Amino acid sequence: MTTKNLINYENSHNHINSSKIKNANEAIKMKELSLKPLSQPNVMLEAEIITPDNFSGKSVDEIKQLKVWKGNKEVPLSDFFQVEGETTNSPEETRIVIEGSIPKTKRVGEGMTSGEIVIKGNAGMHTGALMRGGSIFVEGDVGAWSGAEIRGGKLHIKGNADNYLGAVYRGEWRGMRGGKIIVEGNAGGEVGEWMRDGVIHVKRDVGSFVGVHMHGGKIIVHGNADERVGAEMTGGQIIILGKANEILPSFRFDEEIPSIEVEGETYEGPFLKFVGDLAEAGKIKGEILVLKKNNSHLIKLFLF
Amino acid sequence: MDELIIKNGFVYDPLNNINGEQLDIFIKNGKIVSEVGADATVIDAKNKIIMPGGIDGHSHIAGAKVSMGRLLRPEDIRRGVRAKTKITRSESGVSVPTTFSIGYRYARMGYTTVFEPAMPPLKARHTHEELADTPIVDKGAFPLLGSNWMVFHYLKQQEIEKCAAFVAWMLNATKGFAIKLVNPAGLESWNWGGNIRDIDTPVEFWDVTPREVITGLAKVNELLGLPHSIHVHFNNIGRPGNFKTTIESFDACRENKNPGVERNQVIHGTHIQFNGYGGDSWKSFASGGLEIADWVNKNDHVTLDVGQVVFSNTTTMTADGPLEYYLHTLNHLKWTNGDVEIETSSGVVPLIYKRKNPVSAIQWTIGLELLLGIEDPWKVMLSTDHPNGGPFTRYPEIIAWLMSQEYRNDTLKSAHKRAGKRSGLATLDREYSLFEIAIVTRATQAKALGINYMKGHLGVGADADVAIYDLDKESKDPKEIMKAFSNTLYTIKGGEVVAKNGEIVSTPMGRTLYLNVKVDPSLENTMLKEFSDIFRRNYSVNMANYPVQPIPSYLPLPKEIKLDATHVA
Ligand SMILES: [Zn+2]
Repeated sequence: MTTKNLINYENSHNHINSSKIKNANEAIKMKELSLKPLSQPNVMLEAEIITPDNFSGKSVDEIKQLKVWKGNKEVPLSDFFQVEGETTNSPEETRIVIEGSIPKTKRVGEGMTSGEIVIKGNAGMHTGALMRGGSIFVEGDVGAWSGAEIRGGKLHIKGNADNYLGAVYRGEWRGMRGGKIIVEGNAGGEVGEWMRDGVIHVKRDVGSFVGVHMHGGKIIVHGNADERVGAEMTGGQIIILGKANEILPSFRFDEEIPSIEVEGETYEGPFLKFVGDLAEAGKIKGEILVLKKNNSHLIKLFLF
Repeated sequence: MDELIIKNGFVYDPLNNINGEQLDIFIKNGKIVSEVGADATVIDAKNKIIMPGGIDGHSHIAGAKVSMGRLLRPEDIRRGVRAKTKITRSESGVSVPTTFSIGYRYARMGYTTVFEPAMPPLKARHTHEELADTPIVDKGAFPLLGSNWMVFHYLKQQEIEKCAAFVAWMLNATKGFAIKLVNPAGLESWNWGGNIRDIDTPVEFWDVTPREVITGLAKVNELLGLPHSIHVHFNNIGRPGNFKTTIESFDACRENKNPGVERNQVIHGTHIQFNGYGGDSWKSFASGGLEIADWVNKNDHVTLDVGQVVFSNTTTMTADGPLEYYLHTLNHLKWTNGDVEIETSSGVVPLIYKRKNPVSAIQWTIGLELLLGIEDPWKVMLSTDHPNGGPFTRYPEIIAWLMSQEYRNDTLKSAHKRAGKRSGLATLDREYSLFEIAIVTRATQAKALGINYMKGHLGVGADADVAIYDLDKESKDPKEIMKAFSNTLYTIKGGEVVAKNGEIVSTPMGRTLYLNVKVDPSLENTMLKEFSDIFRRNYSVNMANYPVQPIPSYLPLPKEIKLDATHVA
């Protein structure tokens, strides 16, 4: 992951209106279930059971007895978490608060359809993967594959995200299909791989292959992007406000654009627009838009 | 081994013409017997349905292209996950499941014998290694011989006896069970980037046509008196209007049946749904199912399996390399291609059959039209050409469509409207009885494959492969039918209870059925001289590394079927 930053993030931070990140069901009075991490195992804990969908309608005692896989053994959730709170009636009104870091706990919020999860620390791999609705807020960093193949809802990460943020699992060709992912720090390689719809904001830098195989949706990188931006993309938009290390030769320069608008926010340009990846078959509508003032190295390559 | 009595069930055993009679079944030493001792274990099957173990005559469960499918589709392996138990391994995969999953799933459905229908001879060892890892079911594999240079060579020279000696050698070397043809001669054309879409176009550099390959190998098959007929995947598959190629190919093959065999057919056409298309473009695409059914009703020298489509996310895999490339150009999904020296080709592409897609919906009608339109169920086998039309685990749904016109019509209404307009499915009011279901899921297979003396029936002396289903024999409720046929109450394989209430309770190793065909030694020697010369010049391996030895690592439980064809000289 790159750490060099060429633009001022504190200013670009304003692009995201934090009031919009809150749960869509504000009218519903949320009931809270608190999970205090007791310890983290040596091997990963498979905790896809931690979702509002699974917790709603269950008493605290029943939740404590829910099983998680620790390596090849099934253990009760209460082996690793102290559970407190009240029984909720529906996932919509369920807020799960994890009161600390759980870096070795995988798949929290997997496939959730509504409600809220707040993680007051770092989270493990696959956080919020396959989400369909609701929201997850992580105060720290997340592991690889977070938000993989999500279809709806909101995943907001205050810290950094590891590789394959909002990406697709091996072999699948239908990636992120909706929803929104916001990372306030850096993200690793292959952000939004095979993405079809939805929006990903990364407020600092991304690794290589951002938007690889992308078919639709939008990725906005507020910092810099490493190599091979949008390789094999055929649709969708990648916006780089910092420096794009390279644009592949299989993209063509299309035009210069004064400013662009995404979800009601205006980003002042001028931007250089590239279309590709022309090495792919069929109709190619992929767009990479880079802020001209941070990408003079591309002007030399593509415009002359 | 335990003695068993299955008491008071309603027995459906078409080969013995038993249609729902309440009978007791006695089992001893893995066979059906006429009586057992007083301390035999009793299974109470009162008000339950009893059938011989199911036989799948065409299902891609092992070998190079199945492995290729697994490699190509890790996203499929994510699905269908079931945790291991004390005696089973974990399961995963839906359209390309693991070998262990395949054995367990067939056993749960009451199937006890399965044939892998496309084994490239050069990959025979690989195929048998995978079959050895497929628990419970008995199995066999058909070597691909329809685009083999040696076959072309002898057919061109009109040396049918030498061709027979070559085929016999191949069956012996690959531990094969029957002769398989895929896109006859067309696969050799694919080596040059081409394809053959009618039966009278000669293949590049050989001047041999598909018609000559089909009739030539049928002649060889009957000369040798093999238990099964030739098993043919026709030319021009997957293209609008190809029902005509199907009828032409069936019609071309009227060789005389060997007097020693019990089966009626001299040619088996496989997954005919994929070769049952009307119209002349994808726009005018229509079902040709009833046209084929009408023709089959008037001709008695053929059998077929339907290759029914079920709405699913599945994987197509076939030795038909040009077809898979064509599919890839239609759906733009990932594709692999294989080329097996001078024998055959292959390809794999994922495919999603959607209810609301007009082509998928029309394809769905065709298999059912064949099953319902062909009057004599002894000519037709239920299959999905697993996984091409959908996974074999969806058979219960097909059984429900056959038994309930209402359920069929409900599905038709939920599908794209062109399915009703471009097929005759809505006009068919036939509903299958349990007796007929037993025919198209086990008895036809047993008879057409020539294993009816040991499998597919419950008479004394048969293998004790039995399925007991928990179903009211008068039920027409599709949900009840699907539930019953998805998980047996008991599956008994070789006299041992292997599944109970949908749980695997024991995992014995199944046997591998294969032929040992003896031809005249001097004929074989002459053939071998010519063959080894061509082999040395064209194969990348030494001939001695080619044959599969029936040593434990390849065929842990061999079941050899000996044939004397020394009259071929
Ligand atoms: Zn097949």
